[in-house]
Formats: sequence, C-alpha cells, structure tokens
Amino acid sequence: MRMKQLLATILIGTTAAFAASTALAADITGAGSTFAYPIYAKWAEMYKKTSGNGLNYQSIGSGAGIKQIKAKTVDFGASDMPLSLEELNADGLMQFPTIMGGVVAIVNLDGVAPGQLKLTGPVLADIYLGKVTKWNAAEIAALNPGVKLPAEDITVVHRADGSGTSFLFTNYLSQTNADFKAKVGAGTAVKWAVGVGGKGNDGVAANVQRIKGSIGYVEWAYAKKNKLAHTQLKNHDGVFLQPDDDNFKAAAANADWTRAPGFGVVLTDQPGKAAWPITGVTYALVHKQQADAAKGKEVLSFFNYAFKNGSPAATELDYVPMPDAVTKLVEAAWKANLKDASGKAIW
Amino acid sequence: MHAHTAIAADQAAQAAGFDDAGHAALRSTMRTQRIQDFFFHKITMLFAALVLVVLVGIIVSLAQGAAPAFQEFGLGFITTAEWDPVNDKFGALIAITGTLVTSGIALLLAFPISFGIALFLTEICPAWARRPMGTAIELLAGIPSIIYGMWGLFVFAPFFGDHVQPLLKNTLGVLPIVGALFQGPAMGLGLLTAGVILAVMIIPFISSVMRDVFEIVPAVLKESAYGLGCTRWEVVRKIVLPYTRGGVVGGVMLGLGRALGETMAVTFVIGNANDLSKSLFAPGNSISSTLANEFAEASSKLHVSSLFALGLILFVITFIVLTGAKLMLAGMARKEGKK
Repeated sequence: MRMKQLLATILIGTTAAFAASTALAADITGAGSTFAYPIYAKWAEMYKKTSGNGLNYQSIGSGAGIKQIKAKTVDFGASDMPLSLEELNADGLMQFPTIMGGVVAIVNLDGVAPGQLKLTGPVLADIYLGKVTKWNAAEIAALNPGVKLPAEDITVVHRADGSGTSFLFTNYLSQTNADFKAKVGAGTAVKWAVGVGGKGNDGVAANVQRIKGSIGYVEWAYAKKNKLAHTQLKNHDGVFLQPDDDNFKAAAANADWTRAPGFGVVLTDQPGKAAWPITGVTYALVHKQQADAAKGKEVLSFFNYAFKNGSPAATELDYVPMPDAVTKLVEAAWKANLKDASGKAIW
Repeated sequence: MHAHTAIAADQAAQAAGFDDAGHAALRSTMRTQRIQDFFFHKITMLFAALVLVVLVGIIVSLAQGAAPAFQEFGLGFITTAEWDPVNDKFGALIAITGTLVTSGIALLLAFPISFGIALFLTEICPAWARRPMGTAIELLAGIPSIIYGMWGLFVFAPFFGDHVQPLLKNTLGVLPIVGALFQGPAMGLGLLTAGVILAVMIIPFISSVMRDVFEIVPAVLKESAYGLGCTRWEVVRKIVLPYTRGGVVGGVMLGLGRALGETMAVTFVIGNANDLSKSLFAPGNSISSTLANEFAEASSKLHVSSLFALGLILFVITFIVLTGAKLMLAGMARKEGKK
C-alpha cells in the first residue's frame, strides 16, 4: 500500500514537472530563407540566454517558407524575395525586413587575384547568356587593362535549386541587360541559357573551385568565410567597387522604405557612389491576425531583441543590420497591423 | 446457431463421458480462441489493406497535383524540352531523358560487374571467404545516398574530370557516331558521372539477387556437367545461366528501379542544367534531381503542378520496371516448382 502511494506521488510529481517545463518553454517556430539561417540561429542562441525562449528555425528555402506561413504551420516565414502587396493581402500577411546582405560573383582563374577582376552588369549578363565565352574576350579585356587574361573557356555556374540569391542576381542582370531580361528574366528559378547548376551556395562554390575558368555567384558572407575569389562590380553610378559592409549599407540608405508597400524594396542597382549593385534584404512574414497572441508577441519580441542587440553578431557574420530608421518603421508597422483575435494590437 | 453447436458439443461430450465442469471450460476456451482468431485475421488484413490505401492515395494525389500541368500542356508535356519557370512553360523531355540515360549507363556498367561478383562468390570463391565478401558487398547497399553524392562531388568528379574524361575524349571521342557522346569540356560533372555513381550504388542490389538465384541451381546439374568434362565457364554458360535467366533479369530490373528513383547522389553530380545535349559529358537533369532542386522554391501553380507531373511520370516508369521484375521472378519460381 505504502509502495503504491509512493509510486503515485512520483507519477504526479513528474507529470506536474513536465507540464511546468512545457509551459515555460514558449518556443517559436520559423521556416524559410537559407540565406538568413546562420544569423537567425545566432540570434536565437543569444535570445534564449536572456529570455529562456528558443526558436526552432528550419532553413528550407524561401519558397517553402512562404508556403509554410500561408498554411500556418509555423509562427513566422522567412523569404529573400519580397511578396507583392496583393499576395500579402490575399493571405492576411505582413512582411518586414530583418537583415541585409550582398551577392558577389566568384571566379576560378589562374593568375588573377581575388578582387582584381573587374566586371559590369551587362558583361556579366552576356557571360550568363553564353554570348561571351572566352576569358580573353574583348568585352572583359576592355574592363581589365593590365590584367593577363587566359584564353580559357568560361564555364558558367548557377544555382540549381530555387533561391533568393538567384532572384537578386537575375534581378540585377535583368535591370542592366535588356537581352537577359527578355531571354532569361528574374526569378528564384529561371531558365538558364548555359552552365552547370550547383545545389546551394556550397554547391556553386564547390563547382567554381573545381572547374578551371568558371564563374559563379554566392552570398558575400559565404564567399568571405570560404575565401572565394570575388570580382569587382561596376555600380549604378559607374564606380567599380569591392564588396563590403559599407557598400551594402550605402545601397540600403537610398531606398525609399516609407513608400514601398510592405517594405518590398529590392536593393539591386541602387544609385549612390558607394552602393553595391547586388544587395538584398531578407524578410520575415507573419499573419496580421494572430490566433495565439502570446506566440505572436513572442515572435515580435525575438525580432525586437535582434534589432536592438543583434547588430554586432550580424556584422561578425558579414550580414548588414537594418538601419535604425528602418527598424523604427518596422516597429510602427507592428503596432498598426498586428492584432489578436479580438482586434487588439499585440505590440 | 451458437446454442445449437453448444448442444451438439454437449451431447458429444456426454457420450464420451466427460464431466460437466471440464467440458464447460473447454467450451469457453474454444470460444475465446475463436474470437481471438477472428480479430487477429481482421487486424492483419487491415494492416495489409493499409499499404494498398497508401499506394492508391499516392497515385491519386500525384494525379490530382499533375492535372493542371497536363490540362495546360496536354500530352505534349512529355515530349517538350522546355523548362522555363519565369514564363511558366514546362516540358518533361529533358528530365525523362536524363533519368533514362543515367539509369541506362548505370545498368550497362553494373550488370557485367555484378554478374562477375555473383559468379565468383557462388562458383569460384573458396568457402571461407564467401561470407565476408558477400557481407562486404551487401554493406555497400547500406551506405546512405547522400554519402555517395558528397563523395561523388568532392572526390570522384575531380578525378573523373581530370583523368578519365580526357582519356575517353581522346579514345572513344574520335570514333565516328559514338564520338559525339564523348565531346565537350571535361568538367567531371554530367550525365556520365551520374551514371557511374549510380552503377556503384546498384551493384550490391543486382549482385546479391544474382548470387541468390545462382545458389539455387541444383548441385546435381552442375556436378553432372563437370562430370562430363565441362569447364567452369561452360557450366556457367550452359547450366547456371539458362536455369536462372528469369531471376537474373529480375535482379537487374530491381537495380534499375533503384537507379531510376535515386535522388540525392544524382543531384550532386549530374550538373543540374535543363539542357538537352548529345554529349554524355554535358550537365543534365533527371526527374528526381529536378524535384529535389525545385520543389521547395516552386511558387507558381503551374510550376508546382509540372513537378507533380514529373513525379507521376517517374512513378509510372518505376512501376512498369518493378512490375516487370516481379513477373519475371514469379515466372522463375513457377518453373522451379515444376522441377
């Protein structure tokens, strides 16, 4: 009898403890952008230390992230490509920018140092159209006086999977080269004219590093971490630039955030002497009406914490934090748009 | 009816001189057993039926998902070599060709090697080495395909591009007709590389089936042949192969089924380009690699539906191959029953 009582006590005790622990850990879930994954993971780790609440983020790709948030299986979705206002309204979604980064072209060329080769948007587009096929072609040589270019064939490498990186890259090429716009166009997945596909940033990087005379494109953070040989690019104002954080920031500075619906700004080919031409923003997507207000608030607390305290970590990982002016706008948008079931603002 | 049988049993028991108590116990045991049996049968049947339900469910949902693509493009979807997500124009020809070509190469390479392995293990190998060698080959089947993919991309592709492809280009590449298959830049990625990796992956499947069917050849047949003075090769050629033909083909088909659906390893090395090229060195795309690459990011309805349609086509191809394999294996089992 006594034994039974003891067992019962233990059982009740453990159940209560379990219930308590699940109640405490109000973990939020997110899914989408692979580009944003490293910084979200870092922020989540920092946030967990201060708040005790974790983030379960699945880096399954922007397109999949959009599908997941539409299906309400996650608390927020993450996309590198802004959704149009119609699309946002159709599903009652709100989108806000969380972090920025840049895309760079990488090459594998003997005798050419990282950052030495100069390219322009139109020439890059012609390479990706298969019109410029040799490294010593007149178009490339004209941009690079004094650089000894090999007479090698150019092997084009692109992303095989649908990706926000591809969207930024093709968006830029379409803006600077009408032929590219007509034949290929801009999108997360496009019909490439030439080349081999690699899966993910690492797939593209692996191919470029392996194939002599190849050219590809990856996130700047990824290129820097893996010491890939990037190229200079000529920006909107005609200045040849090396990619770096200040140049990405310069691209963001000129954007008109207040007037863009749903913060939908694409930062490619922005004016400004120091603006890097292929800069992009990644977005978080949440439902405007939150069925579970506590969860919804927790998501906002997470991003609020990231905006306030996450900048050093972001810079360390070669992302560019959102300017303060923009995060203020985002917060105002939270206040105005996000409601709980009874229509009360949750932020 | 229950009461009736009970009475009948009662009478029988009385006639046999059982006492009432023991008889009642027996009856109740029989009843519970009958009920248990009934439920056991139904439950196992339910489990078996569940598999069919899942199969039908998959086919139906694939067909449903694929319907918009087939409505838009018609049957021409299968023969169109266009894959343009920006303009929403899709066709499956590139992917189907990639799947069939890589699987074909895999089979071409894997069949003779597996045949040799199976023969060695059953006819030539000393008895003490049979087991460890057989196990080692079967272990190959247990390696996850992502490992093959990574190994293929980082180790095999560079080696293949630097050494094997130039060699092929300079030998087979200069021949008329087949030469066109071995042209173009030697990148190490492409249809041929994918085919070779697939061959490595399906060798354990084919060789273990072959070994199993070779082992069922009655010893008396082989010994008689040896007794007549046949060489080993003659025994294999005239006795073992004719006896096991169906099983060998079945094993090959099983391997082919696996090669057709393989995703991860192929995605890594096939080059992932939606191009139709004459050369086997050129990058291409298979059905499964297209699905793996694009499904997560496909946003337009037609794009998603076209991917579903690709899935359905792959399902049909695999279904035909595996049904063929089962039929051949069954045919062989029947033949054996007669002997």
